[in-house]
Amino acid sequence: MSTLISTENNRPISSYLFKRSKVRLIGLLALPMFWIVGVYIVSLFLLLITAFWFVDPFTSLVRPGFTLENFISIFTVQAYLATSLRTLLIALAVTALCILFAVPLGIYMAKIARPWVRNLLAVAITLPLWAGYLVKLIAMRLVFSEQGFFNWAMAPLGIRGPGFSIPIVILTLTYLWFPYMALPVFTAIRQIPTNLFDASSDLGAKGFFTIYRVVLPLIVPAIIAGSVFTFSLSLGDYLAARFTGGKTQMIGSIIASNINLNPPVAAAFSMVPIAFVVIYLVVARRTGSLERM
Amino acid sequence: MSQPLVSLTGVSKSFGEVDAVVDLNLQVNAGEFFSMLGPSGSGKTTVLRLIAGFETVSAGKITIADSDVTELAPFDRPVNTVFQDYALFPHMSIQENVEYGLRTRKVPKATRAKQAAEAIDSVKLAHVATRLPHQLSGGQRQRIALARALVLRPKVLLLDEPLGALDKQLREEMQVELKKIQREAGITFIFVTHDQEEAMRMSDRIAVFNEGRVEQIGTPEQVYEAPKTKFVASFLGVSNLFSAQIAQQLFGSSKMVNIRPEKIRLLPIGSKITADEVGVSGEIIEAAYVGANTIFSINTESGMRLSVTRSNQELPDQINRFKSGDRVLAVWLKSQIATIPN
Repeated sequence: MSTLISTENNRPISSYLFKRSKVRLIGLLALPMFWIVGVYIVSLFLLLITAFWFVDPFTSLVRPGFTLENFISIFTVQAYLATSLRTLLIALAVTALCILFAVPLGIYMAKIARPWVRNLLAVAITLPLWAGYLVKLIAMRLVFSEQGFFNWAMAPLGIRGPGFSIPIVILTLTYLWFPYMALPVFTAIRQIPTNLFDASSDLGAKGFFTIYRVVLPLIVPAIIAGSVFTFSLSLGDYLAARFTGGKTQMIGSIIASNINLNPPVAAAFSMVPIAFVVIYLVVARRTGSLERM
Repeated sequence: MSQPLVSLTGVSKSFGEVDAVVDLNLQVNAGEFFSMLGPSGSGKTTVLRLIAGFETVSAGKITIADSDVTELAPFDRPVNTVFQDYALFPHMSIQENVEYGLRTRKVPKATRAKQAAEAIDSVKLAHVATRLPHQLSGGQRQRIALARALVLRPKVLLLDEPLGALDKQLREEMQVELKKIQREAGITFIFVTHDQEEAMRMSDRIAVFNEGRVEQIGTPEQVYEAPKTKFVASFLGVSNLFSAQIAQQLFGSSKMVNIRPEKIRLLPIGSKITADEVGVSGEIIEAAYVGANTIFSINTESGMRLSVTRSNQELPDQINRFKSGDRVLAVWLKSQIATIPN
């Protein structure tokens, strides 16, 4: 009968793969594994190794070897240590500001705003992501320069901006990374059933009590997810300090200035933000905040 | 009658173009089990949310215990709510959930732990106090939601279809238990449901809602036996409605009337009836045995469909006698006809 399914094998590759699940798995993972292991991990590993090398004082060439000098210098050279701490504080301040702005905004967007306002705000939050990084730095420079918009607008009140300095770096970084906090926080608040707000109010809680006891505990995973971005991106940034920080130096500034002069020191310094992020995640885990993720 | 505890005067609520509640007047007495019954979208839940303070009225006034609460926030009203899906805080243990309201009132730690433990114990769930809500069954969560509200000793407890998510057997157990708790605590319950049997079973009085208005308020017996509108007659139980025109021909009534199916007897065609009875002849088109009762559907000669319920205990012979296709005389007492004024 001609209606029978043909037993002739006209798909040899598919049939071959169907019977061999391991080969199939290798086929599936070949590209991503090449990317993750070959490019990502190997380059990070090379960076780590380089951090233990040293620069020959006579020839100024990088010599393979093993020295802890580069790491020790982070703690012993006053300027290096101060820069690491300054960078840490800036990154923490940026993260704190982002949380401070994102939570009320998220509550408004998720629970109060009409749909069209919500959509408008969602676009407004993500819009900066579409603009180039340098564009945003220039925008901040224009606002806060000596003859800039801020000083002009505030002049009638007798207020002058701080000029390019640490506060402006913090503002710039907040501006750059805020979407990474606002979006997960908004999404998480949206998932909180509205009647939990009703129930809280019904049981006698006012707004701040509800935010502190109900909203914040429920969005901790989103805040941590967002802060991994705001924190680590701030730790690694150096252009914001360079263009809006005046004389402000960050870890990135040290890496950038050593990248040709002394690659091993630059490599050692690259480990600092990584160490900070790892410590941050370990602390977050220790507090039990990640358990209910 | 005592002074009403909760009083709604001329209350309206609209959402944009939609009128959810229209010019509502309602009084609930202290210690009463009061139900708001109606189909979905009839405005009963909106009224509950207005009393709780989750919504604000578009017009009208709400008073609780003689004080005007119309403009008050939920946290300033002497009422608590049991939500349809319980609304327990998922990140807090059962104990913390029940303590929450005491905590907002700044009750000292030791006192609130003790009171919460007592409340949890009173719904027989002391053994789950340290668990999280998602580790509990639906029925357990329901009782915790009740304990969380009752621990605050509200003047009025509002319940928004609290049994809706439970299966039938658990639902009936909880109906008995809720009623018992209400009696013992002496708290006024305002209970929203779309289940007429549940409302009748539990309530002292029922308000029947339809399209944002109250059609009738009365005891379960009043709303069932003497419905004031066609909607009430047909929403509560099964009804046999006669339009004014047919009622006029049959028994000289100028208004629409209703006769409940259990009040109709079936006799062989041509049987004699007394002067205080009405008889209509017709053909049985279905006789359905449903355990306790047999339900007959009858097509009358005037073209109406009658539903008749006979107890299998009372009339075993008739069940044997009447089958689908038989012609019968459906008979009832004139005194049992309910005239519908509107």
